[in-house]
Amino acid sequence: MTDSTARVPALRRADLSEQRLKRRYAAEKRFRFYGLAAIFAALAILGLLIGTIVLNGHTAFVQTHLEIPVFLDPEVIDPEGNGDPGALRRADYQGLLKKSLRERFPDVSGRRDRIKLYGILSNGAGLDLRAEVQADPSIIGTNQTIWVKSSDDIDSLVKGYIDRDLPEGDRRVKDNEIAWIDALEADGGVEKQFNTTFFTAGDSREPEQAGIWGAAVGSFFTLMITLILSFPIGVLSAIYLEEFAPKNRWTDLIEVNINNLAAVPSIIFGLLGLAVFLGVFGFPRSAPLVGGMVLALMTLPTIIIAARAALKAVPPSIREAALGVGASRLQVVTHHVLPLALPGIMTGTIIGMAQALGETAPLLMIGMVAFIVDVPGGVTDPATVLPVQIFLWADAPERAFVEKTNGAIMVLLAFLILMNALAVLLRKRFERQW
Amino acid sequence: MDAVAEAEAPQTMLQNTPKMSTRRVNVYYGETKALKDVDLDIGENQVTSLIGPSGCGKSTYLRCLNRMNDVIDGCRVEGDITLDNVDIYRSGLDVVQLRARVGMVFQKPNPFPKSIYDNIAYGPRLHGLAETKADLDNIVEISLTRAGLWKEVKDRLLAPGTGLSGGQQQRLCIARAIAVNPEVILMDEPCSALDPIATARIEELIDELRQNFTIVIVTHSMQQAARVSQKTAFFHLGDLVEVSDTEQLFTNPRDQRTQGYITGRFG
Amino acid sequence: MNSFILIAILLTLATIGYSFGQRRARKVSGGEPSTLHSRPQYYGLYVALWCGIPSLILMAIWLIVEPQVAEWMLISNLPEDIQALPADRLSLLINDVKNLASGNIVSREIDGALQRAADGYASARQIGNAAMVVVAIAIAVIGLGFAQRHITPTLRARNLFERAVSVLMIAASTIAVLTTLGIVLSLLFEAMRFFAQVPWYEFLFGLSWSPQTALRVDQVGGSGAFGAVPLFAGTLMITLIAMCVAVPIGLFSAIYMSEYAPPRMRAIVKPLLEILAGVPTVVYGFFAALTVAPFIRRTGESIGLDVSSESALAAGMVMGIMIIPFISSLSDDVMNAVPRALRDGAFALGATKSETIKQVIFPAALPGIVGSLLLAMSRAIGETMIVVMAAGLAANLTADPLEAVTTVTVQIVTLLVGDQEFDSAKTLAAFALGLVLFAITLTLNVIALHVVRRYREKYD
Repeated sequence: MTDSTARVPALRRADLSEQRLKRRYAAEKRFRFYGLAAIFAALAILGLLIGTIVLNGHTAFVQTHLEIPVFLDPEVIDPEGNGDPGALRRADYQGLLKKSLRERFPDVSGRRDRIKLYGILSNGAGLDLRAEVQADPSIIGTNQTIWVKSSDDIDSLVKGYIDRDLPEGDRRVKDNEIAWIDALEADGGVEKQFNTTFFTAGDSREPEQAGIWGAAVGSFFTLMITLILSFPIGVLSAIYLEEFAPKNRWTDLIEVNINNLAAVPSIIFGLLGLAVFLGVFGFPRSAPLVGGMVLALMTLPTIIIAARAALKAVPPSIREAALGVGASRLQVVTHHVLPLALPGIMTGTIIGMAQALGETAPLLMIGMVAFIVDVPGGVTDPATVLPVQIFLWADAPERAFVEKTNGAIMVLLAFLILMNALAVLLRKRFERQW
Repeated sequence: MDAVAEAEAPQTMLQNTPKMSTRRVNVYYGETKALKDVDLDIGENQVTSLIGPSGCGKSTYLRCLNRMNDVIDGCRVEGDITLDNVDIYRSGLDVVQLRARVGMVFQKPNPFPKSIYDNIAYGPRLHGLAETKADLDNIVEISLTRAGLWKEVKDRLLAPGTGLSGGQQQRLCIARAIAVNPEVILMDEPCSALDPIATARIEELIDELRQNFTIVIVTHSMQQAARVSQKTAFFHLGDLVEVSDTEQLFTNPRDQRTQGYITGRFG
Repeated sequence: MNSFILIAILLTLATIGYSFGQRRARKVSGGEPSTLHSRPQYYGLYVALWCGIPSLILMAIWLIVEPQVAEWMLISNLPEDIQALPADRLSLLINDVKNLASGNIVSREIDGALQRAADGYASARQIGNAAMVVVAIAIAVIGLGFAQRHITPTLRARNLFERAVSVLMIAASTIAVLTTLGIVLSLLFEAMRFFAQVPWYEFLFGLSWSPQTALRVDQVGGSGAFGAVPLFAGTLMITLIAMCVAVPIGLFSAIYMSEYAPPRMRAIVKPLLEILAGVPTVVYGFFAALTVAPFIRRTGESIGLDVSSESALAAGMVMGIMIIPFISSLSDDVMNAVPRALRDGAFALGATKSETIKQVIFPAALPGIVGSLLLAMSRAIGETMIVVMAAGLAANLTADPLEAVTTVTVQIVTLLVGDQEFDSAKTLAAFALGLVLFAITLTLNVIALHVVRRYREKYD
């Protein structure tokens, strides 16, 4: 301590002038404002995203129906008169509806106008009628008024997506169609009803007949396969790496590898699936089985990382206590550590599943992007999944598919929010401070 | 070490006007009361040490003096604390101003992950103490010299401050505090993370700094308090039990609790 | 579904084996289970393993190998002249035969030979399936009997079971490695085949990309150009635009969240940002194509700019939105890891909050932040759906963000979606692109993870 006291010229006191302080505080305020602005920007974007989707999508859950009085002509429906179910199924119900339309608007003449008139009904309207008849064959031969789906253009018109003030040439719905609909509306014959088709049907080229059920079932099968594969494998590897693995180069390699795998672009997994599962093993294209396998490989790192974190959070004292009473290492894990880590593992798994549910790109690679009308019946049937359905509809040219796309997005987001809420709930419920 | 302390002991120059003074200070963490009605004066150019068992509130008290408690969520301070007769909790008084006048050294050395030079220069730059590079160089040299670190580091001023040994890091932190040239320096157990040799150096340093600064030091070690301070305050369970000249407190405590503590019956 | 029933049968057998084993163990102990080496359950598990594992392994191998064998048999049973067809035509034909056998619609006329082949194929697969069921069940039963016979009081059933479980665990943990290996090998293998047709330097440095090759020699069509530079440039541009959007918003919101926001606000805003992170990319793609791109186009038009409806700007901006939560949550973590002591040190010197952040916390956290930015960038480079839906298909080599560009991932998707032959240069090009994508993102990830890990070790 000799180098100090000899020469200690006094230092200046800090400059605490108002002016300087003001400047520093202005910088502080500015900085704070940037942060707040960034958060507001992010939240505004989120609001805009959700807002546009809900605004454009909520109408997908209703469908315009037209009330048509129809005479269920036995000559057409059941010419033999014996109520043969085959005949009932094959009959030309659409024709009956067309006839009713002709009677309703008798002054429409000429082939082209007639076709236009028939066009206000959905091509599937006859199916609605058939369902009524099949449910109660006794109505054959009577006059009934039934509600049938309108075509997608009319649906858009009624929902206000088509601007009536545009010149006729720029409008998908022409003046005469508008006149017919207005006439029907004046009689109370136009109504927006809950769109059950949207939730119960598979895909279709006709927007008003398209639904998300097929894709939802496809998603379900795919996720089941993903869960069955990735959960046990993920948990087993996490237990091994966390509880048993010796610290050596091999386990280091596995560890680095898992962390990197978590950041590999999803489309690469699709390429792997295409080359290996389809190319080498010859599994069927477009099948939930393969989709589930690809997604399982993709979610595996997420589950392993979450499970390891959960296992690590169990304090070593518990393991020592169990070992102390003579349990084997596996018994320590299965009796004590795993039950305590399970909520954390489940949370990670749900989050991984939510990721898998929203994934699209790798499934495009393995052909789950085909136009599939039928609802898949098993994991090897061709199928599509919700996000891919959204992708397909987003690409469809018909205006009416825009609302379907938004509607499907709303359903998908609802599932995702539900899953994440479940994960949060699980975490909150079982969170434990050691 | 004791020789040094004894040599300094006679100069018990009691100030008429204390540098800082606190009246009826109460501190709450949420619902719990950490300090109860503490009245204490800090004399200018003196070393005041705060002792007491852990959890007695001595660090909390120290952190009130430059309002470092502000950054802790749920912490509330009541009472009057003045610096040169100005209330530092008065609305309108600025914490930045206050902390430029009341510096602090922490329990664990916490150099910024920057060069030694930048560590020292940080404060002067903040407060605009140097107009030119030469000014700044000068401040850095003076501060390091005063902290007794200049000889050791003058050839590697651009090396990271985190690369120094623990004792050097703590002296760097002291130099960093000095560089702003505060009036008061608060030290929160500055030697608790250091080995005995580094501790001895810091203690010498504190004694030298007394000429220019008012120092308040929280310490766990009664020997340290006896060695470096002129005045000692004993805290117990949030109460200021006793405060008097260091020598008197250690040789002739007035309170039973102080007696118990310094004779080692609890602590 | 057949195999699922078989799996169910095998699992049932294993369960039966479990209870048999347990009972047997009790019996050999002469009514005193404490004389056994392990508790009776472990003898049950021992039998169940012997019963289930070999049969399930056999089944897995069979499921993988059987289609190849059947196809090989199919080809060797075809007439000579068909076997002599070039590989691509042959594979089309085989596809048709398989479709015929499974009763699907076939694109060509069915002649006798084809029908015979299909029938043969169908019956071969049927026999194969039946054989698998019989053999698997037989092995399960044999395993059950074998294991049960082995039970004695001194059998170390628990140790054997635990060893089996640890083998299972090791096998599970190698799957991650196998996945990486599978990715590398399949990409390399297919890319090598591509580079046999198109030289690698032409691919990596060529300036023109138009992958439309003629299917037949006599067909009129593009000769195919596989210069991927426009793709790399497009990817880079969109990624840069994305980073320009995401870095300021992400970093500033991370700073605000970790340093300024009161706990109440954190509790509300954090989950909201997590929603932004949880939105599927296909939704972002739709948003980009339907909302953002038209908006940018209209805005551009109103100030007299000619903006493509598939502009790089729209795709890039939306991609930026996608990675905001990624950057903000990673940086938030990183800044929270900066020790409190450093903050206190700066505050004690009289620094304001923003001065502390800018001059102490941010520099201290910089390595970690750089790491998180690299991870975000690798995310953006590999992101597919947004660009597929909102960016263009034409490979323009341009620096104008208002024009349409295409990216590596877009091209992979367009090359592989739809019916393709598996060995055309066009299809294989997708794998070469995949290889490049994998290499780049892997490099970024390795660097980023390394940097972040070093950073964490420093403050732990």
